[in-house]
Amino acid sequence: MSDITKLSLNELIKNIRNKKLSSTEITNSFIERSEKSKKLNTYVTDNFSSALEAAKIFDEKPNMDLKLPGIPIAVKDLFCTNGVRTTAGSNILNNFIPPYESTVTQSMWDEGAILLGKLNCDEFAMGSSNETSFFGNVQNPISENLVPGGSSGGSSAALAANLTPVTIGTDTGGSIRQPASFTGTVGLKPTYGSCSRYGIVAFASSLDQAGPMSQNVKDTALLLEVISKFDNKDSTSIDFKRNKYSSELTNNIKGLKIGIPNEYRVEGMPKEIEGLWKKGIEIIKDCGAKTVDISLPTTKYALPTYYIVAPAEASSNLARYDGVKYGFRSEGENLIDMYEKTRSEGFGEEVKRRILIGTYVLSSGYYDAYYLKAQKVRQLIKKDFDYVYNNVDAILTPSTPSSAFKIGEKTNDPVSMYLNDIFTVPVNLAGLPGISIPAGIDNKGFPLGLQIIGKPFDEQTILNIAYSMEEKINFKNNITDWWM
Amino acid sequence: MDVMAKNNQFFIEREQNKYEVVIGLEVHAQVTSDSKLFSSSPTKFGAEPNTQVSLVDAAFPGMLPVINEFCVKQAIKTGIGLKAKINKKSIFDRKNYFYADLPQGYQISQYKYPIIGEGKVILDMADGQKEIGIERLHLEQDAGKSIHDIDPTNTFVDLNRSGVALMEIVSKPDLRSPDEVNAYIKKLRSIMRYLGTCDGNMQEGSLRADVNVSVRRQGDDNFGTRCEIKNVNSIKFMQMAIIYEANRQVDLIEEGKSIDQETRLFDTKKNETRSMRSKEDAHDYRYFPDPDLLPLEISDEFITQIKDEIPELPDEKKKRFIDKFNLSSYEANILVSDIDTSKYFEEVIKNSDVKLATNWITGELFAVLNEKNLEISESPVSSNNLSKLINLIKDGTISGKIAKTIFEEMIDGDKDPQIIVDQKGLKQESDPKALEELINKVIKHNTSKVEEYKSGKEKLFGFFVGQVMKESKGKGNPQLINKILKEKLNG
Amino acid sequence: MTIDLKTVKHISKLARISTDEKKANKLANDLNSIFKFIEALNELDTEKVEPLTSVADTKLRLREDKFEANNIRDKILKNSPDENKDYFVVPKVVE
Ligand SMILES: [Mg+2]
Ligand SMILES: [Zn+2]
Repeated sequence: MSDITKLSLNELIKNIRNKKLSSTEITNSFIERSEKSKKLNTYVTDNFSSALEAAKIFDEKPNMDLKLPGIPIAVKDLFCTNGVRTTAGSNILNNFIPPYESTVTQSMWDEGAILLGKLNCDEFAMGSSNETSFFGNVQNPISENLVPGGSSGGSSAALAANLTPVTIGTDTGGSIRQPASFTGTVGLKPTYGSCSRYGIVAFASSLDQAGPMSQNVKDTALLLEVISKFDNKDSTSIDFKRNKYSSELTNNIKGLKIGIPNEYRVEGMPKEIEGLWKKGIEIIKDCGAKTVDISLPTTKYALPTYYIVAPAEASSNLARYDGVKYGFRSEGENLIDMYEKTRSEGFGEEVKRRILIGTYVLSSGYYDAYYLKAQKVRQLIKKDFDYVYNNVDAILTPSTPSSAFKIGEKTNDPVSMYLNDIFTVPVNLAGLPGISIPAGIDNKGFPLGLQIIGKPFDEQTILNIAYSMEEKINFKNNITDWWM
Repeated sequence: MDVMAKNNQFFIEREQNKYEVVIGLEVHAQVTSDSKLFSSSPTKFGAEPNTQVSLVDAAFPGMLPVINEFCVKQAIKTGIGLKAKINKKSIFDRKNYFYADLPQGYQISQYKYPIIGEGKVILDMADGQKEIGIERLHLEQDAGKSIHDIDPTNTFVDLNRSGVALMEIVSKPDLRSPDEVNAYIKKLRSIMRYLGTCDGNMQEGSLRADVNVSVRRQGDDNFGTRCEIKNVNSIKFMQMAIIYEANRQVDLIEEGKSIDQETRLFDTKKNETRSMRSKEDAHDYRYFPDPDLLPLEISDEFITQIKDEIPELPDEKKKRFIDKFNLSSYEANILVSDIDTSKYFEEVIKNSDVKLATNWITGELFAVLNEKNLEISESPVSSNNLSKLINLIKDGTISGKIAKTIFEEMIDGDKDPQIIVDQKGLKQESDPKALEELINKVIKHNTSKVEEYKSGKEKLFGFFVGQVMKESKGKGNPQLINKILKEKLNG
Repeated sequence: MTIDLKTVKHISKLARISTDEKKANKLANDLNSIFKFIEALNELDTEKVEPLTSVADTKLRLREDKFEANNIRDKILKNSPDENKDYFVVPKVVE
């Protein structure tokens, strides 16, 4: 086999089932390439030797009925992995080894997949460029000194650079879809409640969802099928009838009605993005679907709402990192001093900024003006979607307002960084499924993505739309291995 | 209500002024359940440190709460027992603060929308009944335990209790004296023990209270500034804390100073309250709905099902005892206040006389329990054997006096009274002929006393009874002896 | 609305994050620009809107009251910054 690492997930599975490739060969290939790609800084912790052992065990007694037979997969370092260090990209969890496994990763191992390693991410998933990680920024394989997006930036970069066949990320405000868009890959955020949050380091509980990232839509469908499961360990997990996403995948979307939201034509949107969107509309029509102009009037308030809700929840979720039970501790003269030093040195600047925003909006005298207000606006945002879904089957938008930017370009201006998520955040606030697929390049040659937003629990429809469009777009990432 | 208490007469007096004390309690009652409120760890008291701690209880990253249905049921039961409003929708909030024994950095509690709303508790005070309003009852997690005295430089933390379900029962500021506080806590405890929702064990910390105390001049309508005394774990300490705190506040007022609204701690060694600085700058709890949990919704069927399981509660039982058995209010109170006592009593009266049972339980049995410092559930005499003893008295087999001797023996190993009677031949002599013989003998030996009696010294009757009793070795039937003796002496 | 230094210090205290003067100044600046952006929400009339806490369209599930008696103290304490085998350990707390 010429280059195993270039194969898609479905191709790898086919080769394993045909006995053309062994799990060991595949695992070895990804490890070798990963070893040569350290410059990208995608791995926080590798699991290479254990992965090889597991591959050997699989090859000795292969079970081909599993959905991910012997497939090595690296995951975002926000998923707790039993016995393997889990940092959430933070100094405060620098030395944390969970004695348990997240439900989502467990589902993958149960289907035969093998943990390849833990991928870099923005600290506690707070960021849009992977620059807030304690373990340093990640290079986008598209071009040197380009951010891979965030917070699942290690995941998108490793995926685009063929260091892992597929990966999983988490998406609180766009953290799967935006990095997918920045790296020319596919990323799907499922409906809130589809994938269990058990064992995932929490950022904002009412928004966090795990989801698949892959080279193509078919791989995403398969991986979603594996990880989307009801889990009684998560009280917000929803017991709905899930499709067999991969076998039900079809490129027949004739007659579907796709909404084009007026309000996503934001001020100052680059021409290329506008052009990409238009192209997407044409392709959808080509596929036999209809497009309808729709209005989501509360859209412009989504980002401010998000920057109240997410930090508020985070300020509370991150209170457990206090130097008492696990993780980093800085010695102090007394308990309070220990807390303050531990948290001050253990957290990075962006995380502290968000904890303070969250603390402020919940504090006495400000709760109603900020937090309660945001919850009410969130209701309006959800109602916008509920309303248009009476009339359309899905919605098409750009994934991001720009392509990937240079490392360091936006680090001094938090608000401009936050604006990256302008198209993705409303989807989290409303709890909807959304997928980003690569749809073109800008004048710098950097990938651009289109986002398809679905009805709650209707992942199948957006997968089908994405699958149909993918065929027509025929996007190819142009990666030169410049880092090797 | 119509039986609003008369003045309970508890005032703090100074030269010029008389002050009334206003008290409200926040009682923390540990819910009786096998597992914790949001995790599957056991709740048993007294385990080795940190051996009943799950990943959820220790707040490991990514761990999530899943609520225990039984704890919800227990809260609703208690709500019914407090004649309170059951809220069909309630919300769990996070109360955010940092503390060594609070692993999540927040406590899951209920703030704006508690599971139980307003209710009431009736107290039986010496001068009549008094109603105490219940403001609310909510479910929340307990914290762990900080241990300060094992190590000189460090505090040790045991999380066994972390996550155990508590019911916080908040009273209205309706209490006016340490006596009422005593009665209130005992009544709450009694109701919960009847319901099986809290074992009420104060030594083990199953029942603790935050005591809110304020004072005001007699006749004043406005409440004074209150102080909250945290986590007092015995009724005696609550009473001591209230008396100390009320006096402290009165002194401040008398000196023309103002009272700071603050959290205080009761130092049991020094018998004083003092400001709890550690809590002061953490006052902003930043409550918000816990996004890991959805609103708790309770169906009508669920409530109906629970209502069907509610046993007869102390107030109703008392009324029934008074109406059906003609007990005095005082006797009924004693018998119903503790569920185990009431159970014992009802066991005994299944087959025997109510009046005798009441007297024997509240008299002899209680004396023994008191002396041996035992709970009625540990009684050395079973209800079955006490019932037998009462029947032996009732049917004339033994006299009340003999019964007391027999009872003394029963204590040792819960002996069957019938067997003692048989073995020792203690059966009462009720044969008139046999008794007449004994009486004749006594009369014969005391001719001069008989003369005295006949000439008017009627007091001597008791002497003759005593002598006959002595001749019968205590076994003579006293009623019969009385009757025959009277006939003989007067005839 | 502006967030002053005093406020930054107060919320830092609540959040148990120590800040020096310089950091507090920078934070105040950042927070002000973020809140300027957040305050767009005030344009919306939400008087009659129900707040939305969770989008999970489901009822709270109740778990059966069953305990799992597995003592995992070693696992729980293994990641603890202190070596003690029975307890979590923090600097002495004085009430
Ligand atoms: Mg309290
Ligand atoms: Zn409480």
